[in-house]
Amino acid sequence: MNILVCLKQTFDTEERIAIEDGQISEEGVEFVVNPYDEYAVEEAIRLRDEHGGEVTVITIGPERAEQAIRTAMAMGADKGIIVDDEDLEAPDENSIAKILASVINDLEYDIILGGYMAVDDGSAQVGPRLAELLDIPHIATITKLTVDGDTVEVEKDVEGDIEYIQSKLPLLVTAQQGLNEPRYPSLPGIMKAKKKPLERMDIEDLDIDEDELEGRTETLETYLPPAKEAGKILEGDLDVQAKELVQLLRSEAKVI
Amino acid sequence: MSKNVLVLADVRDGELRNVTLECLAAGTTAAEGGTITVAVFGSNGKDLVEKLAHFGADQVLLVTNSELDQYSTDAFFQAFKAVIDKVNPDVILTGHTAVGRDVSPRIAARLDIGMVSDCTAVALTEGRLTFTRPIYAGKAFVKKAFKEGAVLATLRPNNIPALEKDTGLSATVEELTVELPADSIRTLVKELVRKASEGVDLSEARIIVSGGRGVKSSEGFKPLQELADVLGAAVGASRGACDADYCDYALQIGQTGKVVTPDLYIACGISGAIQHLAGMSNSKVIVAINKDPEASIFSVADYGIVGDLFEVVPMLTEEFKKLLAES
Ligand SMILES: Cc1cc2nc3c(=O)[nH]c(=O)nc-3n(C[C@H](O)[C@H](O)[C@H](O)COP(=O)(O)OP(=O)(O)OC[C@H]3O[C@@H](n4cnc5c(N)ncnc54)[C@H](O)[C@@H]3O)c2cc1C
Repeated sequence: MNILVCLKQTFDTEERIAIEDGQISEEGVEFVVNPYDEYAVEEAIRLRDEHGGEVTVITIGPERAEQAIRTAMAMGADKGIIVDDEDLEAPDENSIAKILASVINDLEYDIILGGYMAVDDGSAQVGPRLAELLDIPHIATITKLTVDGDTVEVEKDVEGDIEYIQSKLPLLVTAQQGLNEPRYPSLPGIMKAKKKPLERMDIEDLDIDEDELEGRTETLETYLPPAKEAGKILEGDLDVQAKELVQLLRSEAKVI
Repeated sequence: MSKNVLVLADVRDGELRNVTLECLAAGTTAAEGGTITVAVFGSNGKDLVEKLAHFGADQVLLVTNSELDQYSTDAFFQAFKAVIDKVNPDVILTGHTAVGRDVSPRIAARLDIGMVSDCTAVALTEGRLTFTRPIYAGKAFVKKAFKEGAVLATLRPNNIPALEKDTGLSATVEELTVELPADSIRTLVKELVRKASEGVDLSEARIIVSGGRGVKSSEGFKPLQELADVLGAAVGASRGACDADYCDYALQIGQTGKVVTPDLYIACGISGAIQHLAGMSNSKVIVAINKDPEASIFSVADYGIVGDLFEVVPMLTEEFKKLLAES
């Protein structure tokens, strides 16, 4: 089974966000594999272990993104592809989906996995866009996946409800939390990962027009939400606090 | 310049979700006097026409195939595409819901256009439509605009106020027939298991009482439910409470669960992890009840009570009862 995983390197969830020259500053930031993509990597490895084949992880990013690929390899992925994004000017979801489609069009695949969203931009577009460009079906926010021959059974989280869906390969799925518990890379895994094959590509290596890759949207402004005034921590006996809170919600906050 | 606006209605159990009315309000901003068309999929669409008209729709397009009674990506995609081909909209709006979030990116890819997801505000600034959305789990915001081509955006529920209902308004109605051959639907929904309880939809609730691991058991949700009943509120939960099996995942609020923006959010025994904050920090007023004064939930709270929720919550219920009995 040829299994592809699209992943993105993102800020560590706990990072504070600072803005410099109108952009999110990356200074001193720790990067990780986007947590939802980690579920996709784990699921891909389990599929391979069950059905045989190969897991290839693909990312678009700068130099540092290699680390995310190596992490996926240390977990068990077999191969990696990095498309260098340094020549890309202000890409958006259109750009990213088209680059991935262009890379994947040259590969053999049975199933493609990714996270349902990246915790930085959080737009949840790239998976479904990519499936459309490849002309294959997709199922988003899955919490269970079973493959039998070319039949796929999926449980999909639909705002808390569960849909049981049947489909066929080739298929693209996006991972929701709950799909699995991603393993930690083992020490031998980390050692092996260093030697696994990694292919580097530039945008020019792709068979695609630059116009095609241009962002269809642009960012006019990036800003921090107005600092929230320190909340009121009430004091005194609990029953007095309860009374005060109810009064405040009526007369000050005016929400009751 | 006036624009042609298309809104895809979000229908759940035969009822319009509020986010559709919110799309109509945003659509009115975007249209600058142009026509606003709402596409309604499924066999009961005509029951919804009047309400859509009262909230700003000029035209309603019904696609009544029964295959559209339940969502499937391919069926909705084909119907949506057919509607777009007919209406030729400049601006397309849907809710950032299970439906809008799933089908819209495919439409964007097919039409080769941009898309802005999960918007919390839409404005017309010097003739240009701008869309505001949170990034980094709400730690920052961006304002975005489209370079060229049609505009497509999904709107976060409960952020853009719907217009005042005007019963004097009406809309023209048209039916559109779409062929949906069985083999064009490549993902087959065999069963839908409803977990979300009846009653107030969390993403539309005006008040939410939410419990975390601090609630300690499913029994522990009882006092929260009692408070919610007095306030006409919905009950929500953190991942911690769901993972511990105190409640169903359908109640989960946060990055993985529902994103909510109520007027009042009362967090009980929730520590305030970033993934939880991503789902509720936009709430207008936040109350935190936690016995740990260092809990991060207090950093986003407008009002905090440091104490045991099992003492505090019943007291609040009593106080609210008194207050609401007076008025
Ligand atoms: C990829 C990913 C996605 C995630 N998505 C979500 C999500 O969508 N939503 C979400 O909520 N989490 C999510 N999480 C989990 C999140 O990181 C936290 O683990 C979770 O929110 C913690 O839940 P909690 O606050 O209920 O539990 P805890 O962190 O254990 O906090 C319990 C709190 O209760 C207080 N407490 C205990 N007893 C009492 C009492 N008697 N009275 C008052 N207070 C009391 C404690 O002081 C503590 O602050 C996600 C995590 C990951 C990795």
